[in-house]
Amino acid sequence: MLNYIWMGMILIAVVVGTFTGRIDQVTQAAIDMAKLSVEIAIGLVGIMALWLGIMKIAEASGLIRIIARLLRPITIRLFPDVPEDHPAIGSIVLNMSANMLGLGNAATPLGLKAMEELQELNPDKKTATNAMVMFLAINTSSVQLILPATVVALMGVVSADIFITTILATLCSTIAAIIIVKVLEKTKWFRLTPAPEGEGGDR
Amino acid sequence: MIESFTDGLNELARYIIPALIVGIPLYAMAARRVKVYEVFVEGAKDGFTIAVRIIPYLVAILVAVGMFRASGALDVLLNLLAPFLNFIGFPPENLPLALMRPLSGSGSLGLLTDLVNEYGADSMQAKIGATMFGSSETTFYVLAVYFGSVGVLRSRHAVPAGLFADAVGAISAVYLCQWLLG
Repeated sequence: MLNYIWMGMILIAVVVGTFTGRIDQVTQAAIDMAKLSVEIAIGLVGIMALWLGIMKIAEASGLIRIIARLLRPITIRLFPDVPEDHPAIGSIVLNMSANMLGLGNAATPLGLKAMEELQELNPDKKTATNAMVMFLAINTSSVQLILPATVVALMGVVSADIFITTILATLCSTIAAIIIVKVLEKTKWFRLTPAPEGEGGDR
Repeated sequence: MIESFTDGLNELARYIIPALIVGIPLYAMAARRVKVYEVFVEGAKDGFTIAVRIIPYLVAILVAVGMFRASGALDVLLNLLAPFLNFIGFPPENLPLALMRPLSGSGSLGLLTDLVNEYGADSMQAKIGATMFGSSETTFYVLAVYFGSVGVLRSRHAVPAGLFADAVGAISAVYLCQWLLG
Protein backbone atom coordinates (compact mmCIF):
# COMPACT_ATOMS: atom_id res chain seq x y z
CA MET A 1 0.00 0.00 0.00
CA LEU A 2 2.61 2.52 1.09
CA ASN A 3 4.73 1.64 -1.93
CA TYR A 4 1.93 2.73 -4.27
CA ILE A 5 1.01 5.82 -2.27
CA TRP A 6 4.60 6.95 -2.02
CA MET A 7 5.35 6.34 -5.68
CA GLY A 8 2.04 7.96 -6.66
CA MET A 9 2.68 11.12 -4.68
CA ILE A 10 6.15 11.64 -6.10
CA LEU A 11 5.07 10.81 -9.64
CA ILE A 12 2.06 13.13 -9.49
CA ALA A 13 4.22 15.86 -7.96
CA VAL A 14 6.78 15.74 -10.76
CA VAL A 15 4.21 15.43 -13.56
CA VAL A 16 1.91 18.17 -12.22
CA GLY A 17 4.91 20.31 -11.29
CA THR A 18 6.16 20.08 -14.88
CA PHE A 19 2.80 21.17 -16.30
CA THR A 20 2.23 23.99 -13.80
CA GLY A 21 5.80 25.25 -14.18
CA ARG A 22 6.46 24.69 -10.50
CA ILE A 23 9.19 22.11 -10.94
CA ASP A 24 11.74 24.31 -9.13
CA GLN A 25 9.48 24.49 -6.10
CA VAL A 26 9.06 20.71 -6.22
CA THR A 27 12.82 20.25 -6.17
CA GLN A 28 13.21 22.76 -3.37
CA ALA A 29 10.45 21.09 -1.34
CA ALA A 30 12.19 17.72 -1.59
CA ILE A 31 15.42 19.18 -0.25
CA ASP A 32 13.74 21.29 2.44
CA MET A 33 11.60 18.44 3.72
CA ALA A 34 14.56 16.06 3.90
CA LYS A 35 16.30 18.60 6.13
CA LEU A 36 13.17 19.30 8.15
CA SER A 37 12.66 15.56 8.84
CA VAL A 38 15.99 15.35 10.59
CA GLU A 39 15.31 18.54 12.54
CA ILE A 40 11.97 17.14 13.71
CA ALA A 41 13.53 13.83 14.72
CA ILE A 42 16.44 15.41 16.56
CA GLY A 43 14.03 17.85 18.22
CA LEU A 44 12.20 14.83 19.59
CA VAL A 45 15.25 13.41 21.38
CA GLY A 46 14.94 15.46 24.57
CA ILE A 47 11.18 15.18 24.91
CA MET A 48 11.34 11.47 24.16
CA ALA A 49 14.01 10.97 26.81
CA LEU A 50 11.97 12.89 29.39
CA TRP A 51 8.75 10.94 28.88
CA LEU A 52 10.40 7.58 28.41
CA GLY A 53 12.18 8.16 31.73
CA ILE A 54 8.93 9.04 33.48
CA MET A 55 7.23 6.07 31.81
CA LYS A 56 9.93 3.70 33.05
CA ILE A 57 9.23 4.89 36.58
CA ALA A 58 5.49 4.44 36.05
CA GLU A 59 6.15 0.93 34.82
CA ALA A 60 8.49 0.03 37.68
CA SER A 61 5.93 1.24 40.21
CA GLY A 62 3.16 -0.87 38.70
CA LEU A 63 1.09 2.20 37.74
CA ILE A 64 0.88 1.19 34.08
CA ARG A 65 -0.51 -2.21 35.03
CA ILE A 66 -3.13 -0.61 37.27
CA ILE A 67 -4.26 1.76 34.52
CA ALA A 68 -4.35 -1.06 32.00
CA ARG A 69 -6.55 -3.14 34.28
CA LEU A 70 -8.95 -0.25 34.94
CA LEU A 71 -9.70 0.28 31.26
CA ARG A 72 -9.78 -3.37 30.33
CA PRO A 73 -13.50 -3.37 29.36
CA ILE A 74 -12.81 -0.88 26.57
CA THR A 75 -9.37 -1.98 25.45
CA ILE A 76 -10.26 -5.66 25.22
CA ARG A 77 -12.75 -4.79 22.46
CA LEU A 78 -10.44 -2.45 20.59
CA PHE A 79 -7.35 -4.63 20.90
CA PRO A 80 -8.54 -8.22 21.28
CA ASP A 81 -5.13 -9.62 20.27
CA VAL A 82 -3.26 -7.91 23.09
CA PRO A 83 -3.17 -9.78 26.44
CA GLU A 84 -5.26 -7.82 28.91
CA ASP A 85 -2.55 -6.75 31.33
CA HIS A 86 0.24 -6.39 28.78
CA PRO A 87 2.20 -3.14 29.28
CA ALA A 88 1.20 -2.05 25.75
CA ILE A 89 -2.36 -1.48 26.98
CA GLY A 90 -1.10 0.84 29.72
CA SER A 91 0.97 2.85 27.24
CA ILE A 92 -1.92 3.02 24.78
CA VAL A 93 -4.26 4.33 27.47
CA LEU A 94 -1.72 6.93 28.61
CA ASN A 95 -1.11 8.03 25.01
CA MET A 96 -4.84 8.47 24.43
CA SER A 97 -5.25 10.40 27.67
CA ALA A 98 -2.39 12.71 26.71
CA ASN A 99 -4.00 13.24 23.29
CA MET A 100 -7.39 13.99 24.83
CA LEU A 101 -5.83 16.64 27.04
CA GLY A 102 -4.00 18.19 24.10
CA LEU A 103 -0.57 17.22 25.45
CA GLY A 104 0.98 16.53 22.06
CA ASN A 105 4.52 16.59 23.45
CA ALA A 106 3.78 13.83 25.91
CA ALA A 107 1.52 11.88 23.57
CA THR A 108 4.17 11.06 20.93
CA PRO A 109 6.71 9.43 23.27
CA LEU A 110 3.91 7.49 25.00
CA GLY A 111 2.58 6.39 21.62
CA LEU A 112 6.00 5.24 20.45
CA LYS A 113 6.42 3.30 23.66
CA ALA A 114 3.09 1.62 22.97
CA MET A 115 4.20 0.78 19.41
CA GLU A 116 7.37 -0.79 20.76
CA GLU A 117 5.37 -2.96 23.14
CA LEU A 118 2.92 -3.92 20.40
CA GLN A 119 5.89 -4.86 18.23
CA GLU A 120 6.96 -7.39 20.90
CA LEU A 121 3.70 -9.24 20.25
CA ASN A 122 4.13 -9.07 16.48
CA PRO A 123 5.21 -12.31 14.78
CA ASP A 124 6.15 -10.48 11.56
CA LYS A 125 8.16 -7.40 12.52
CA LYS A 126 7.79 -5.69 9.15
CA THR A 127 4.00 -5.95 8.90
CA ALA A 128 1.58 -3.99 11.06
CA THR A 129 -0.69 -6.01 13.36
CA ASN A 130 -4.42 -5.35 13.75
CA ALA A 131 -3.74 -3.74 17.11
CA MET A 132 -1.13 -1.41 15.60
CA VAL A 133 -3.43 -0.24 12.83
CA MET A 134 -6.28 0.29 15.31
CA PHE A 135 -3.98 2.26 17.60
CA LEU A 136 -2.70 4.38 14.72
CA ALA A 137 -6.19 5.07 13.36
CA ILE A 138 -7.48 6.20 16.76
CA ASN A 139 -4.41 8.41 17.07
CA THR A 140 -4.75 10.07 13.68
CA SER A 141 -8.45 10.73 14.20
CA SER A 142 -7.35 12.60 17.34
CA VAL A 143 -9.71 12.35 20.29
CA GLN A 144 -9.44 15.76 21.86
CA LEU A 145 -11.09 17.48 24.80
CA ILE A 146 -8.93 20.57 24.72
CA LEU A 147 -8.53 22.79 21.69
CA PRO A 148 -5.00 23.06 20.32
CA ALA A 149 -3.29 26.20 21.60
CA THR A 150 -2.74 27.34 18.00
CA VAL A 151 -6.49 27.26 17.32
CA VAL A 152 -7.28 29.20 20.50
CA ALA A 153 -4.67 31.80 19.57
CA LEU A 154 -6.14 32.19 16.09
CA MET A 155 -9.83 32.16 16.95
CA GLY A 156 -9.84 34.20 20.16
CA VAL A 157 -13.27 34.39 21.83
CA VAL A 158 -14.83 32.30 19.07
CA SER A 159 -12.89 29.33 20.50
CA ALA A 160 -15.74 28.74 22.93
CA ASP A 161 -18.14 28.22 19.99
CA ILE A 162 -16.00 25.67 18.23
CA PHE A 163 -15.20 23.78 21.41
CA ILE A 164 -18.36 21.66 21.15
CA THR A 165 -18.20 21.21 17.38
CA THR A 166 -14.57 20.09 17.61
CA ILE A 167 -15.32 17.47 20.26
CA LEU A 168 -18.30 16.16 18.31
CA ALA A 169 -16.39 16.09 14.99
CA THR A 170 -13.48 14.29 16.61
CA LEU A 171 -15.92 11.80 18.11
CA CYS A 172 -17.43 11.15 14.67
CA SER A 173 -14.03 10.61 13.06
CA THR A 174 -12.82 8.33 15.87
CA ILE A 175 -15.94 6.16 15.69
CA ALA A 176 -15.55 6.06 11.90
CA ALA A 177 -11.89 5.06 12.33
CA ILE A 178 -12.71 2.22 14.72
CA ILE A 179 -15.46 0.85 12.48
CA ILE A 180 -13.47 1.07 9.23
CA VAL A 181 -10.41 -0.59 10.82
CA LYS A 182 -12.52 -3.46 12.12
CA VAL A 183 -14.15 -3.85 8.69
CA LEU A 184 -10.97 -3.55 6.60
CA GLU A 185 -8.85 -5.88 8.74
CA LYS A 186 -11.07 -8.78 7.67
CA THR A 187 -11.15 -8.02 3.93
CA LYS A 188 -9.06 -10.11 1.58
CA TRP A 189 -6.81 -7.18 0.63
CA PHE A 190 -5.69 -6.40 4.13
CA ARG A 191 -6.18 -9.64 6.07
CA LEU A 192 -3.13 -10.97 7.89
CA THR A 193 -2.04 -14.16 6.20
CA PRO A 194 -1.15 -17.00 8.62
CA ALA A 195 2.30 -17.47 7.11
CA PRO A 196 3.91 -14.05 7.20
CA GLU A 197 6.39 -14.79 4.44
CA GLY A 198 6.37 -13.14 1.04
CA GLU A 199 3.89 -10.38 0.53
CA GLY A 200 2.04 -10.79 3.83
CA GLY A 201 -1.25 -9.88 2.20
CA ASP A 202 -0.22 -6.35 1.32
CA ARG A 203 2.54 -4.64 -0.52
CA MET B 1 -21.01 29.11 30.28
CA ILE B 2 -19.24 27.16 27.55
CA GLU B 3 -16.57 29.82 27.57
CA SER B 4 -15.80 29.47 31.27
CA PHE B 5 -15.83 25.71 30.89
CA THR B 6 -13.22 25.76 28.12
CA ASP B 7 -11.18 28.28 30.08
CA GLY B 8 -11.34 25.97 33.06
CA LEU B 9 -10.21 22.99 31.01
CA ASN B 10 -7.33 24.93 29.50
CA GLU B 11 -6.39 26.18 32.95
CA LEU B 12 -6.41 22.61 34.26
CA ALA B 13 -4.30 21.49 31.30
CA ARG B 14 -1.47 23.76 32.44
CA TYR B 15 -1.05 21.66 35.57
CA ILE B 16 -1.24 18.22 34.03
CA ILE B 17 2.36 17.93 32.82
CA PRO B 18 3.96 19.19 36.04
CA ALA B 19 1.56 16.97 38.02
CA LEU B 20 2.59 13.91 36.00
CA ILE B 21 6.29 14.71 36.23
CA VAL B 22 6.15 14.98 40.01
CA GLY B 23 3.27 12.61 40.73
CA ILE B 24 4.53 9.45 39.03
CA PRO B 25 8.01 9.46 40.62
CA LEU B 26 6.53 10.47 43.98
CA TYR B 27 4.11 7.54 43.96
CA ALA B 28 6.83 5.17 42.76
CA MET B 29 9.24 6.25 45.46
CA ALA B 30 6.81 6.56 48.37
CA ALA B 31 4.61 3.54 47.70
CA ARG B 32 6.92 1.16 45.85
CA ARG B 33 10.43 2.18 46.89
CA VAL B 34 11.47 2.55 43.25
CA LYS B 35 14.95 4.06 42.76
CA VAL B 36 13.46 6.89 40.75
CA TYR B 37 16.61 8.59 39.48
CA GLU B 38 18.22 5.37 38.31
CA VAL B 39 15.06 4.12 36.65
CA PHE B 40 14.44 7.47 34.96
CA VAL B 41 17.89 7.51 33.37
CA GLU B 42 17.48 3.89 32.32
CA GLY B 43 14.25 4.74 30.48
CA ALA B 44 15.49 8.03 29.05
CA LYS B 45 18.37 6.22 27.30
CA ASP B 46 15.97 5.03 24.61
CA GLY B 47 15.02 8.59 23.64
CA PHE B 48 17.91 9.04 21.27
CA THR B 49 17.70 5.66 19.55
CA ILE B 50 13.97 5.95 18.92
CA ALA B 51 14.21 9.52 17.61
CA VAL B 52 17.05 8.61 15.26
CA ARG B 53 15.34 5.42 14.13
CA ILE B 54 12.38 7.36 12.69
CA ILE B 55 14.54 9.61 10.48
CA PRO B 56 14.48 7.50 7.28
CA TYR B 57 10.70 7.02 7.52
CA LEU B 58 10.13 10.72 8.15
CA VAL B 59 12.35 11.70 5.22
CA ALA B 60 10.48 9.31 2.92
CA ILE B 61 7.01 10.52 3.88
CA LEU B 62 7.69 14.23 4.36
CA VAL B 63 9.65 14.54 1.09
CA ALA B 64 6.80 12.91 -0.85
CA VAL B 65 4.20 15.09 0.87
CA GLY B 66 6.31 18.22 0.40
CA MET B 67 6.82 17.57 -3.32
CA PHE B 68 3.10 16.82 -3.75
CA ARG B 69 2.15 20.10 -2.06
CA ALA B 70 4.70 22.20 -3.92
CA SER B 71 3.61 20.90 -7.33
CA GLY B 72 0.12 22.33 -7.05
CA ALA B 73 -1.38 18.83 -7.27
CA LEU B 74 -3.80 19.78 -4.50
CA ASP B 75 -5.43 22.32 -6.83
CA VAL B 76 -5.87 19.63 -9.45
CA LEU B 77 -7.43 17.35 -6.84
CA LEU B 78 -9.63 20.25 -5.75
CA ASN B 79 -10.99 20.71 -9.26
CA LEU B 80 -11.62 17.01 -9.65
CA LEU B 81 -13.53 16.81 -6.39
CA ALA B 82 -15.50 20.04 -6.82
CA PRO B 83 -18.62 18.62 -8.54
CA PHE B 84 -19.06 15.89 -5.93
CA LEU B 85 -18.51 18.31 -3.04
CA ASN B 86 -20.97 20.84 -4.40
CA PHE B 87 -23.44 18.01 -4.56
CA ILE B 88 -23.12 17.15 -0.85
CA GLY B 89 -23.06 20.83 0.14
CA PHE B 90 -19.41 20.99 1.19
CA PRO B 91 -18.29 24.66 1.23
CA PRO B 92 -15.56 25.17 -1.42
CA GLU B 93 -13.64 27.59 0.83
CA ASN B 94 -12.96 24.78 3.31
CA LEU B 95 -11.90 22.15 0.81
CA PRO B 96 -8.19 23.09 0.60
CA LEU B 97 -7.90 22.76 4.37
CA ALA B 98 -9.71 19.43 4.39
CA LEU B 99 -7.30 18.06 1.76
CA MET B 100 -4.23 19.53 3.43
CA ARG B 101 -5.02 18.35 6.97
CA PRO B 102 -3.83 14.73 6.65
CA LEU B 103 -0.72 15.81 4.73
CA SER B 104 0.78 18.67 6.68
CA GLY B 105 0.27 20.25 10.08
CA SER B 106 2.01 23.53 9.29
CA GLY B 107 0.38 23.69 5.85
CA SER B 108 -3.12 23.29 7.25
CA LEU B 109 -2.45 25.80 10.03
CA GLY B 110 -1.41 28.25 7.31
CA LEU B 111 -4.67 27.65 5.45
CA LEU B 112 -6.68 28.13 8.65
CA THR B 113 -4.86 31.41 9.25
CA ASP B 114 -5.80 32.48 5.72
CA LEU B 115 -9.46 31.67 6.40
CA VAL B 116 -9.43 33.72 9.62
CA ASN B 117 -7.71 36.65 7.92
CA GLU B 118 -9.99 36.64 4.91
CA TYR B 119 -13.38 36.00 6.48
CA GLY B 120 -12.80 36.84 10.16
CA ALA B 121 -12.73 34.47 13.13
CA ASP B 122 -16.49 34.85 13.55
CA SER B 123 -17.31 33.62 10.02
CA MET B 124 -18.74 30.20 9.27
CA GLN B 125 -15.76 29.45 7.03
CA ALA B 126 -13.31 30.03 9.88
CA LYS B 127 -15.42 28.10 12.39
CA ILE B 128 -15.64 25.10 10.09
CA GLY B 129 -11.93 25.37 9.36
CA ALA B 130 -10.97 25.52 13.02
CA THR B 131 -13.22 22.57 13.81
CA MET B 132 -11.61 20.57 11.02
CA PHE B 133 -8.15 21.50 12.19
CA GLY B 134 -8.84 20.65 15.82
CA SER B 135 -10.64 17.40 15.15
CA SER B 136 -7.98 15.71 13.06
CA GLU B 137 -4.32 14.86 13.02
CA THR B 138 -1.61 14.89 10.37
CA THR B 139 -2.24 11.29 9.31
CA PHE B 140 0.86 10.77 7.15
CA TYR B 141 3.21 12.25 9.74
CA VAL B 142 1.79 10.11 12.55
CA LEU B 143 2.03 7.05 10.30
CA ALA B 144 5.69 7.71 9.47
CA VAL B 145 6.65 8.36 13.08
CA TYR B 146 4.69 5.54 14.72
CA PHE B 147 5.37 2.77 12.22
CA GLY B 148 8.87 4.05 11.56
CA SER B 149 9.84 3.87 15.23
CA VAL B 150 9.44 0.09 15.18
CA GLY B 151 10.48 -0.49 11.58
CA VAL B 152 7.07 -1.57 10.29
CA LEU B 153 7.04 -1.29 6.49
CA ARG B 154 3.75 -2.91 5.49
CA SER B 155 1.06 -0.64 6.85
CA ARG B 156 -1.88 -2.75 5.58
CA HIS B 157 -5.15 -0.83 5.98
CA ALA B 158 -3.69 2.03 8.04
CA VAL B 159 -3.68 4.61 5.24
CA PRO B 160 -7.17 3.97 3.81
CA ALA B 161 -8.62 3.79 7.33
CA GLY B 162 -6.87 7.00 8.39
CA LEU B 163 -7.97 8.90 5.30
CA PHE B 164 -11.54 7.63 5.62
CA ALA B 165 -11.65 8.85 9.23
CA ASP B 166 -10.24 12.20 8.12
CA ALA B 167 -12.96 12.53 5.50
CA VAL B 168 -15.67 11.67 8.02
CA GLY B 169 -14.15 14.20 10.41
CA ALA B 170 -14.08 16.96 7.77
CA ILE B 171 -17.64 16.33 6.61
CA SER B 172 -18.98 16.16 10.15
CA ALA B 173 -17.14 19.41 10.93
CA VAL B 174 -19.09 21.09 8.13
CA TYR B 175 -22.49 19.75 9.14
CA LEU B 176 -21.96 20.19 12.89
CA CYS B 177 -20.95 23.84 12.45
CA GLN B 178 -23.80 24.60 10.08
CA TRP B 179 -26.25 22.88 12.40
CA LEU B 180 -25.02 24.11 15.81
CA LEU B 181 -23.49 27.49 14.96
CA GLY B 182 -25.51 28.49 11.89
